[in-house]
Amino acid sequence: MSKDFYIRGRRDMLEIRDLHATAGGKPVLKGIDLTVHAGEVHAIMGPNASGKSTLAHVLAGRDGFLVTKGTVTYRGKDLLAMTPEDRAREGVFLGFQYPVEIPGVGNSYFLKSALNAIRKHRGLPELDAADFLQLIKEKAKLVQIGESLLNRPVNEGFSGGEKKRNEILQMAILDPAVAILDETDSGLDIDALKTVADGINGLRRPDRAMLLITHYQRLLDYVVPDFVHVLYDGRLAKSGGKELALDLEEKGYGWIEQERKKVETR
Amino acid sequence: MTDDTLEQVTKREYRYGFVTDVEMETIPKGLSEDIVRMISAKKEEPEWLLEWRLKAYRHWLTMREPRWANLRYPTIDYQNLYYYAAPKMKAKPKSLDEIDPEIRRTYEKLGIPLAEQERLAGVAVDAVFDSVSVATTFKDKLAKLGIFFCSFSEAVHEHPDLVRKWLGSVVPYSDNFFATLNSAVFSDGSFCYVPKGVRCPMELSTYFRINAKDTGQFERTLIIADEGSYVSYLEGCTAPMRDTNQLHAAVVELVALDNATIKYSTVQNWYPGDKDGNGGIFNFVTKRGRCKGVNSRITWTQVETGSAITWKYPSCILQGDNSTGEFYSVALANHWQQADTGTKMVHIGKNTKSTIISKGISAGHGQNTYRGRVEILKGAANARNYSQCDSLLLGDQCGAHTFPYLDVQNPTAQVEHEASTSKIGEDQLFYCRQRGLSSEDAVNLIVNGFCKRVFKELPMEFAVESQKLLGVSLEGSVG
Repeated sequence: MSKDFYIRGRRDMLEIRDLHATAGGKPVLKGIDLTVHAGEVHAIMGPNASGKSTLAHVLAGRDGFLVTKGTVTYRGKDLLAMTPEDRAREGVFLGFQYPVEIPGVGNSYFLKSALNAIRKHRGLPELDAADFLQLIKEKAKLVQIGESLLNRPVNEGFSGGEKKRNEILQMAILDPAVAILDETDSGLDIDALKTVADGINGLRRPDRAMLLITHYQRLLDYVVPDFVHVLYDGRLAKSGGKELALDLEEKGYGWIEQERKKVETR
Repeated sequence: MTDDTLEQVTKREYRYGFVTDVEMETIPKGLSEDIVRMISAKKEEPEWLLEWRLKAYRHWLTMREPRWANLRYPTIDYQNLYYYAAPKMKAKPKSLDEIDPEIRRTYEKLGIPLAEQERLAGVAVDAVFDSVSVATTFKDKLAKLGIFFCSFSEAVHEHPDLVRKWLGSVVPYSDNFFATLNSAVFSDGSFCYVPKGVRCPMELSTYFRINAKDTGQFERTLIIADEGSYVSYLEGCTAPMRDTNQLHAAVVELVALDNATIKYSTVQNWYPGDKDGNGGIFNFVTKRGRCKGVNSRITWTQVETGSAITWKYPSCILQGDNSTGEFYSVALANHWQQADTGTKMVHIGKNTKSTIISKGISAGHGQNTYRGRVEILKGAANARNYSQCDSLLLGDQCGAHTFPYLDVQNPTAQVEHEASTSKIGEDQLFYCRQRGLSSEDAVNLIVNGFCKRVFKELPMEFAVESQKLLGVSLEGSVG
């Protein structure tokens, strides 16, 4: 991927301002403010139904999620005005919490099609089968994905761990500028978690930003974030450094509720 | 952008909808013994063939149109059709240059410039233009190998013994309503005979075109593979836009003798009717292959994306010991198309094998019905059958139906049947889009993955054309 793509000196990757959104008609995001710079890893934590996945899907542009207020600027462009595929082609990647199966479509073939669609958008020549094969074999080592999984239909018959690793493989191939990983650690045992974490760490770059959406602090032991934010009732109730995650682990989300009340009654 | 994603996949009109203004020589509308005689006379047919036609016509009068299929269509007025339409020609063309330039232009629009095909692809084309063969290329090259490939009409004159011996030997004139009608009024089609031990060096192909308003197309094709021979035949068609439904009732007979193989591939793109279900071809076809010889093999491969109504069951009679019958099919029903299609495999000899892979895609308000029959007769020892029929539904207004019949009369038979129904989920589409693929590319990717098993069986050129055709045909499908 061309280095020019990552505009030198462009630090602001994502600027979310006063974002309000509904999911299935219900208000979920109630005013999110967040700035993410290149090279940073932000962790978004929060209890169930706080809006974590909604945030991920709104940023990716999925149907069924409506932005009612606010803006999202991605590298100077209006992200919300772009179709999902254009966002992807501009360098936004979503690692799904529940990666779907696509029967009949080979994993490797799927990725080659996707990569070439992105390359075409950027004015780069498409990779032929041979070049792509070399690329995918190299990247597959990053997440310990064997050749058999490369030839199987996308996610078909993959274990939970294999699906999550496959998401990271896709990220490695598609080379995004902003990666949003939606509960990539959910359902993984320790070994699988370590492998996924290694993969993610291997993809950290000064010109790439990551948003790690996670329920548990566990992943953050391995992928150490620069910033931690707590999403609570549709807002980022608290932000801090990596220690915040440990505080949360110790005190629980109830603590956040208390902190919020303290602020409100002041 | 809602469930419109599938809906918006494309909006494109049927590409081949155009009409050629060529002087047509037509016999008046309607069907009667006189019309049958007129048709036979125009073709200067021998007495025995006229008699065969008349026997069929008289039998047809005693028959009733079958209405058991899962199809709804208005009653066909058989007296309100033309049964013969041929472009006026002065004499038989000796080279492509002698063909009516309008006709030549028609074929070029269809993307099959005969001249180019003659030079490059090496595929012999028997170009049928509304009931009469216009050009037959490569006849000489094939003749050197002893292969006869020409129009049916020509075969009647040049190889009468072969025609007489095998015509009706797989599909008797009394077989079914549409086959009987065809036997009475068939216009033209292809004829091929491959002699003992000869492997036909190129794929043989034919293009059809229905042109004159209210004309039915009644092709008759007969292919005979003598002992130890091999032939692969491609049938591909297009048709222009019409207001009234056009009737297409073809008959294809294949005969494979000892150790012979026939591969018959079809890519069918008849006009399917507009998005409101008007116009469109009615396609009632009888296709049957007879594995007469020991170790013989017949394979039917088809990609059907057209026609308003399809009634078609390419079948195999596995008469010879160790014979094999195969059926690979992709059938698409979009907008208001209805298809009741499938296959019959009749196991008669010993150690016979059959494979059925049917992929049905329904979109819009399309209704796709698979009707299959596997018959293992009492004497068919050690018969093996494997059937897989899968349906893919695009959207929530279409339908997929399956009627498998298994009739096993021999206890040593092994019969397997698998079926699945699936749809393209919004989550699958979104997954693809989030990876940078457009909705259209995502649907095509998934549909092609679904059809892969069948496309694998198609000759190369057809496989490529099929993928494109599927993409085009899915345009405007509802999500």
